[in-house]
Amino acid sequence: MKVRILVRLKPGVLDPQGRAVHHALDGLGFAGVEDVRVGRMIELEVAEGTTDETLAKMSEQLLANMVIEDYAIERVEEQG
Amino acid sequence: MGFRAGVVTFPGSNCDRDMAVALEKVSGEPAIRIWHGDASLPDRLDLIALPGGFSYGDYLRSGAMAAKSPILRAVVEAAGRGVPVLGVCNGFQVLTEAGLLPGALMRNANQTFICRTVPLTVANTDSIFTHGFETDETIRIPVAHHDGNYFADEATLDQLEAEGRIAFRYGETCNGSRRDIAGVLSANGRVLGMMPHPERAIEPASHPSLGGADGRRVFENLIGALASA
Repeated sequence: MKVRILVRLKPGVLDPQGRAVHHALDGLGFAGVEDVRVGRMIELEVAEGTTDETLAKMSEQLLANMVIEDYAIERVEEQG
Repeated sequence: MGFRAGVVTFPGSNCDRDMAVALEKVSGEPAIRIWHGDASLPDRLDLIALPGGFSYGDYLRSGAMAAKSPILRAVVEAAGRGVPVLGVCNGFQVLTEAGLLPGALMRNANQTFICRTVPLTVANTDSIFTHGFETDETIRIPVAHHDGNYFADEATLDQLEAEGRIAFRYGETCNGSRRDIAGVLSANGRVLGMMPHPERAIEPASHPSLGGADGRRVFENLIGALASA
């Protein structure tokens, strides 16, 4: 079973990386970009039946730093 | 009995030797080298030092992987017994990731690696690491980091200030740290994390822009505090 953990900086935490990317997009001439936040996507292949609770523990103990980041768990539908 | 300091080496540590040399020069005793995969620490340590570098290649986040390594469980347990712990640069990042110190160290606000000697203002003069400094004294110690931008929420920052747990502040614009925080103490004052490298400032060098001995005083303070305890 494939699971994606999306790790993002919490709202209000300044994102210097996002700001630099935003600046670069402006420099390339893309108009209308109002904000950029850079996060991280972690794909896990886990055993069937792995619970949300276990995935939450993985996220909180290692994959995200809860001082500065939030996470979201996304179960990926297998393509038939 | 002589001062017993242990220096932990992780894969990717690169200031571990400097730390060991500094401890040996100041204390006159050999530093014990400790490997990250060890499950236990040597007995009767007077200090556990977590050095600078790029442990585990800074994978995931700076310090995140090292914070989950076997030796860190032993370090957390020792810190709980009151064994002094000093984390410098990557070692500071490891201490925050391990939950021994609050906050997190984010990418520098200007996105660049900063490598220069900076003025620091001493904000705490009560701890085992800082008792020999004068309050608000300015000292000069080198920094060399990409992820030194200290972040904690406002309530945590207020609490750190109220409890006198900010050890050092940057005396000039550096990396975007909240409230210019360069070093933080644990609630019992026996764990210190700092981005500047005291082990790189233990003796004057031939050129005035290099060297300096202000870092040496951090180690002298600690050794003095333990000798008189």
